[in-house]
Amino acid sequence: MAKTKSVENQKKADLAVSAARQSRHSGLLTVFFTVLSIFWILPIIIVLLNSFKRKAYIFKNPFGLSSVPISQGFDKWSAGLSKTFVGGLNYGNAIRKTNFFSCFGYSLFITVVSVALIVLCCSMTAWYITRVKNAATKTIYVLCLFSMIVPFQMVMFTLSKFANILHLSTPWGITIIYLGFGAGLSIFMFTGFVKSIPLEIEEAAMIDGCNPPQIFFGVDIPIMKPTIITVAILQSMWVWNDYLLPSLVLDVNKYKTIPIAVQYLKQSHGQIDWGAMMAVLVLAIVPIIIFYLAAQKYIIEGVMAGAVKG
Amino acid sequence: MDKTVKKYWPLFVLPTMAAFVIGFIVPFVYGLFLSFCKFTTVADWKWVGFKNYTKIFVVNGKVDTTFLHSLWYTSLFTIVTMLIINIVAFAIALALTKGIKGTNLFRTAFFLPNLIGGIVLSYIWLMIFNSFLARYSKTIVSTQWFAFWGLVIVVSWQQIGYMMIIYIAGIQNIPGELIEAAKIDGANSHQLLRFVIIPMLMPTITVCTFLTLTNGFKLFDQNLALTGGNPAKQSELLALNIYDTMYGTTGWQGVGQAKAVIFFILVAVISLIQNKLTTRKEVQQ
Repeated sequence: MAKTKSVENQKKADLAVSAARQSRHSGLLTVFFTVLSIFWILPIIIVLLNSFKRKAYIFKNPFGLSSVPISQGFDKWSAGLSKTFVGGLNYGNAIRKTNFFSCFGYSLFITVVSVALIVLCCSMTAWYITRVKNAATKTIYVLCLFSMIVPFQMVMFTLSKFANILHLSTPWGITIIYLGFGAGLSIFMFTGFVKSIPLEIEEAAMIDGCNPPQIFFGVDIPIMKPTIITVAILQSMWVWNDYLLPSLVLDVNKYKTIPIAVQYLKQSHGQIDWGAMMAVLVLAIVPIIIFYLAAQKYIIEGVMAGAVKG
Repeated sequence: MDKTVKKYWPLFVLPTMAAFVIGFIVPFVYGLFLSFCKFTTVADWKWVGFKNYTKIFVVNGKVDTTFLHSLWYTSLFTIVTMLIINIVAFAIALALTKGIKGTNLFRTAFFLPNLIGGIVLSYIWLMIFNSFLARYSKTIVSTQWFAFWGLVIVVSWQQIGYMMIIYIAGIQNIPGELIEAAKIDGANSHQLLRFVIIPMLMPTITVCTFLTLTNGFKLFDQNLALTGGNPAKQSELLALNIYDTMYGTTGWQGVGQAKAVIFFILVAVISLIQNKLTTRKEVQQ
């Protein structure tokens, strides 16, 4: 009896020691990861800092605040500081040069409409091809799988020419291209989920007198909400950041998205106005960070769910 | 049920399929066809057989190694980024599933670069690389190896957070009892990793490996914005090489399209191997 007790005590002591070790370990890890995280986002902080600097100082003194080291006295240092920084000048230049707000508008419009179309149309198609089993629906599914392994370079030339011929070179038209090119992955993900919805629920609705559209929108759409969020997030990340497709399909003299505007700041002979570039980069990143912080939970869950399936 | 649903196909299937035909099927089939033609637009094609394909490697009787160089450079880049991204992402994921303080904050920070697109990311790093290298009177495109490691850093920075999230999901899916049982049996943390966590994570590891492989192979935006293929096309990855052939030199569209077909076949083979591996793993479990 006494022996078991002492063994138990021994075990408890062991656990306590290992817990203490664990927590000291974990304290060190916290410090380590704090430093690493700061380094991780340092490039973004440097860009933010440099976006307020005079053009000439971005490359002369990219990582510091003042052009004069503080060892030469505070007055000289602060004089260097005011020489280095120009306030919002770069932002004015950047907005004028890229017509930033219109680019932002086009990016937002194209992303929202494309993703809405993709979610609506692909969930419907996925439901249909799961519920109706015949050679045609099977072919559609196989074609969707196939389209997922085709790189964009394979279709870029013909796709952009056809888009021109069909007058799809506008912000409205490109959403149809995105629906077509994004359909594969989305239908694949929706089909995986629809298969898990029990038929009995739909049959019950049918007995109550619902027709298929009513069943789909009334019964299935609410159940599919997690997958809808996943697909919407994955496709938004793709469409918002996509450069090559819109640069080839859109009439870029009239319509530029943000990535196109950034790339076009580089002139044909390779020269870049780095002041304006820094400001544009900040303007491009800020909306993403706001969106990220607001929808972080869904974004992380969406990526997790997407990877488990894809 | 089947029959009543069936007649609703114009509502449920037609819009998606119309877009799919315009956005994928027709461009794909026509692209395949055009790879055997000389053309400058989609209407003025002239059948030339396999000439485009031979022109990739031999031009006017002289061997052209640009495409082969690009293929080799891309393969090396893909393997290096695959290794770096997966090892670092896995290590971070392991640490961030131990319940240390601030885990959520760290996860947020590491994932952030992934949401920023390739073009924007590349200009951030172009500024940092070039202002750093300016001290040594160099730029990121001074040699193809500067360009190579520059691209590796940018792509790793972007994708480590994404893969970390997938690894975290995988680790959290391992049943807790399994790890408890191993601990009670006296497994130390090394043995736990080697004999429990890694074997249980094989499906996740396969997914991440192939995601990074195809991402690396298909990389375009970062290549265009960071190096533009410089110096002298030495840092052109395959996707940029195809783009350059197609839009950079008139009369070479056919050769560009033929390169795209080869590129497609390479990507398809990688994807099929992945599919084989993942389905086999699923059966085993």
